[in-house]
Amino acid sequence: MMDSLLVTSTGLVAQTAGLLDTDTFALSVALKVALVLGLFFVVPLVVGYMEHKAMARLQHRRGPMFAGPAGSLQLVADGIKFLQKEDLIPRAADKWVFAIAPGMALVPAMLIFFVLPLAPGLWAADLELGLFYALAITSISVLGVMMGGWASANKFSLIGGLRAAAQLIAYELPLILAAIAVAVQAGTLSLVGIVESQATFTLAGTDLNLWFVFPQILGFGIFFVAALAELSRPPFDMPIADSELVFGYMTEYTGIKFAMYLLTEYAGMVSMSALMVVLYLGGWQILPGVPLPGCEGAGGLFDCGALGTVIGLGVTMGKILLLTFVMVWLRVAYPRLREDQLQRMSWLVLVPLSLLNLAVVAVAKVVF
Amino acid sequence: MSVSDLSARQIHHPATAPGENLNLEIVGDGAFTTADMTLSVGPAHPATHGVLRVVLEMDGERVKSAHPVIGYMHRGFEKLAEHRDFRQNMALVNRHDWLSGMTNEIGLALTVERMLEMEVPERAQWIRMLGAEWNRILNHLLFVGSYGLELGAITPMFYATRERERIQYLLESATGGRLHYTYNQPGGVKIDLPKGFLHQSVDLVASMHQRVQDLEDLLLGNEIFIARTKGVGPLPTEVALSYGVSGPTLQATGIPEDVRVSEPYLKYDQVEVPVPVGENGDSWDRFYCLLGRMKASLYIIEQIHDLIPGGPVNVKLPKMVKAPEGATYVRVENPLGSLGYWLESDGGRTPWRLKMRTASFSNVQALPYLLEGTLVPDAISVLGSVFFVVGDVDR
Repeated sequence: MMDSLLVTSTGLVAQTAGLLDTDTFALSVALKVALVLGLFFVVPLVVGYMEHKAMARLQHRRGPMFAGPAGSLQLVADGIKFLQKEDLIPRAADKWVFAIAPGMALVPAMLIFFVLPLAPGLWAADLELGLFYALAITSISVLGVMMGGWASANKFSLIGGLRAAAQLIAYELPLILAAIAVAVQAGTLSLVGIVESQATFTLAGTDLNLWFVFPQILGFGIFFVAALAELSRPPFDMPIADSELVFGYMTEYTGIKFAMYLLTEYAGMVSMSALMVVLYLGGWQILPGVPLPGCEGAGGLFDCGALGTVIGLGVTMGKILLLTFVMVWLRVAYPRLREDQLQRMSWLVLVPLSLLNLAVVAVAKVVF
Repeated sequence: MSVSDLSARQIHHPATAPGENLNLEIVGDGAFTTADMTLSVGPAHPATHGVLRVVLEMDGERVKSAHPVIGYMHRGFEKLAEHRDFRQNMALVNRHDWLSGMTNEIGLALTVERMLEMEVPERAQWIRMLGAEWNRILNHLLFVGSYGLELGAITPMFYATRERERIQYLLESATGGRLHYTYNQPGGVKIDLPKGFLHQSVDLVASMHQRVQDLEDLLLGNEIFIARTKGVGPLPTEVALSYGVSGPTLQATGIPEDVRVSEPYLKYDQVEVPVPVGENGDSWDRFYCLLGRMKASLYIIEQIHDLIPGGPVNVKLPKMVKAPEGATYVRVENPLGSLGYWLESDGGRTPWRLKMRTASFSNVQALPYLLEGTLVPDAISVLGSVFFVVGDVDR
């Protein structure tokens, strides 16, 4: 069955080429780059604005008010402010490593956006190994963080960098194990294929149209927690730990380099949420088993008109924003864990649970 | 640190439950050694509540020893006090612990009044109690909020700040000051409470109960908060007593010591003063006692509302207040612990000597004991839960 699913899914993907694949190669590339850059520079700002406003609501305060309507241009204003600031490098710093570290963190965060399917036909690239690519790319940002922490010639930064490395390595494992279970169930590593297989989910011959969040709720939980830790978001923000390590690996960074680290965090929130939407929440499907208007083929996922594409994009973005809101909510509600508690949670709780999840999914896959 | 050293003094991490131990023993042939690192936390560090410097000797993230270095903001209050008369000194003492102006003023006022053998009108004493209890809540709110901040929880700070604003508004209506009141003076308080003050106070108490509960729900029941504070930095009772620790930090070790109960001043013998106590003296207990003291203060304020009498609020003072020759020592319960003033007079209009025994100074002395063997995050948790104001250390 797995073989047949693989064949059909690759076949379908081949039929429904992306919207951005035009006849002209150059135009096609330009469109794709525009899509990715647009996503990369706009959606994280939206998430950042949402964080400002949602946190303000939850904490009984106003949040940004003056820059733009209801403070909506606050982050743009911040960006301009960061550009103007002096670019300081500590005298004892390892200058080259110090300078390129924020880039090392930022660029991988951007590269994930190339494989994220957003709406029917709307993606930059549908790789056969999309999931593998996305997970491999996320691990590169560890390097940027560690380089920044080490090169700063600051003891707080060094501790922060080492903590970050330990944390990101520890949570890579449950993240990947949880994602593998999805790949096993979908029978493909292609992110588009995974969305599609959630619309054609069958159990023992019955059409269920279930999203993977339902059979794999455990895996979803593990993936969410691990993603939060990968992003170093509270309650897993020990690498920064502003009250302990001043600002961890970011302590010595000023101006635009600091802004690059911040943008990395918000872009990471978007890409991790997008991965969760694709892997567990049915991508651009409105509800399980409800196809987009005007769409046909493979459970109503492809061959859509313009309307379907727009609605699909809206649904995906809505789901992404919902997940990022939960991340903001957790930040408001929880204190920070301790470094050793964090390690314990990964190795003693999440890794065994994700292995169990994988085993159950694999057995179920063979049996049904 | 050499390998033999480490195995010789096996570090038992205080954060682990009894019987459980973080595995710190050297594995393998023990050829791996690490270099120690000296880390200065402060003088300007978010966790030091002012300019306190703590020098940590560290092995990785584990603190081997800690040395508080004080004096970065020493302002010579005790010497300055010798050049100001007793009423002017009120403006001085409400600044050494800048979060507890009212209780500090009351302490010095009581000292001077005892020297002068002065009878203070009943109403003035009740007003002082009311001010002191509101000031206590004001102080505790800041620590409750900032302790959350130290553990990475940002919301309690906003909640606490909002409530602080309302209390400051209330006290401002009576005294004209938000932090430095200069409201008390020898012989009573400066002026009577403004019209409607008591009504506002009653309303504020009623809503504060829910606010304190909100803060408690947000932190005390939170799994991560419990994991970060339970069993962290336990302070044995004997150690606490030997360092002269007082206030919530001492109460957390199980001793219900409170000057308001043990040596009642003003009219504290006519109200019921609940004293919260902890069991293990760990960070959780210290925080619990701080919250408990806030609730106790609300309860005391409610009683004051019922009991406060009418009448004059001060006695007419001569132009020049001169304390007779002699010396006296008065203790009051500062929000952070026991505050004492030793006043020695040669019969002049200024103190010949004014020595302060401040709560924070003694509390900080327990830090080296508490910080040894902890991890850096726990060191912050301990620093935040041993409540001190650096101005009160370097006075």
